[in-house]
Amino acid sequence: MSVYGFLPYALTAWLFGWGLYGIVSSRNWVHLCICLAIVQSSTYVLLLGIGYRLGAAAPVFAQFSASTAAVDPVVQALMLTDIVVEATVVALLLALAVRAHQSTGSLDPSASCEMRG
Amino acid sequence: MALTVALQLVALCLLAVLGPGVVLTRDPVRQAIAVSFFGLVLAATFFLFRAPDVALSQLVIGAVALPLMILLALTKVKNREAEQAQTKQAEEGGS
Amino acid sequence: MSGGARAVLAGLGIAGVVFVILWGAVDLPAVGHYLGPYGDVVTPLAVFARHSTDAVSAVNFDFRGIDTLGEEFILFTSVLGVTLLLRQSEEGAKGEGESEDRAQGRPTPSTGDAVRSFGSGMVGLLVLFGTYMVTHGTVTPGGGFQGGVILATVPLLVYLSSSAEIFERIAPRRLVEAGESAGAFGYVLVGLFGVIAGVEFLRNVVPLGKTGTLTGGGTTVLLNLTVGLEVATGFVLLMLAFVDEALQRRRRAQR
Repeated sequence: MSVYGFLPYALTAWLFGWGLYGIVSSRNWVHLCICLAIVQSSTYVLLLGIGYRLGAAAPVFAQFSASTAAVDPVVQALMLTDIVVEATVVALLLALAVRAHQSTGSLDPSASCEMRG
Repeated sequence: MALTVALQLVALCLLAVLGPGVVLTRDPVRQAIAVSFFGLVLAATFFLFRAPDVALSQLVIGAVALPLMILLALTKVKNREAEQAQTKQAEEGGS
Repeated sequence: MSGGARAVLAGLGIAGVVFVILWGAVDLPAVGHYLGPYGDVVTPLAVFARHSTDAVSAVNFDFRGIDTLGEEFILFTSVLGVTLLLRQSEEGAKGEGESEDRAQGRPTPSTGDAVRSFGSGMVGLLVLFGTYMVTHGTVTPGGGFQGGVILATVPLLVYLSSSAEIFERIAPRRLVEAGESAGAFGYVLVGLFGVIAGVEFLRNVVPLGKTGTLTGGGTTVLLNLTVGLEVATGFVLLMLAFVDEALQRRRRAQR
């Protein structure tokens, strides 16, 4: 596999790893939510790489006939709804962060993790 | 076609640099702007890979709606902190 | 567990995940050499059997319509969750702040001229563009999701460029909530057309129009509209939930 053929998959692993590192080492709930958005972006790159065909056109046939080579529309449909859902899930997490700030007084994850025996 | 391939490679490398950039920005307000720029470059990458629907969706969500909600949440937190500081000051002044 | 031990464990976990992703990716076909049959099967079906020139919309709302139903309801539930989480703290403060300020009719601090003129200019353009994006979902790239989010930024632009009162007048909470429920229910209702016609749920039973026009696509057009309504009102509700406290703070500060 050439470099070009493998690069999107390598980018997926790279972004996923960095996003996970950001989540694990985070000191702020909001920073954590944004790192989760980075992890989600890595999955979009993976799906994008799976469906792409060299030299093909976008799967919209308003201007040309339906028999021209096109990239895979099924994978793009998956990505499309996924992006909108990502935004609402991050909104829900941000609301949880605001409530956590209300009850503990700080946005630091370690402030809310005390377990008393 | 060689131009498209070259642009795609440039976009992917740019994403590889921006991703850690967003993670390593610790201040949430700055990170909101960083993730907005990351969303913009990601939308351009989708467009270069022949996915216009997805690019539209990513552009609107990742560059507008997501940083907006982050900044709104941060404003809410800051307002609450200011309010708590105010009530604490009022208590200390009164007692 | 000490910080150092946790860091080592996290590092091992992240390295493991990255390795598994790369190991799996080695067996995938190289990017650019798409092999799979589904894309090539679906594309001519979308254009000729469903009269929709945008294959992605046809896949989203017709071939995989029930998937989109699930995603729409994830959105609905998330908005519900955000509204519930952020409303509890508002209960006591909301009543007194509202009545006092409404009775005395105090003006809010005015925004700058540049912001106001730019905002008002953009509002008309955004409404037009958002509606265009929603209605042309089956013809060109676009659809309910993208157009809905564009439409949702309009009330927020109004809030930023003019006052909170105008924002509440054009996007009153009850109307927006009703719109969101109508959008979510509308999707299920269009799906039930199929059941009423005697075939399965979400089947495309509405007459398919001419390919390449606004009516091409059958139920896809209706589903685009309901999803556009639901996404737009959902995002406005999200913003309302976050912005509510800032609205009241402004009123209380002017007492």
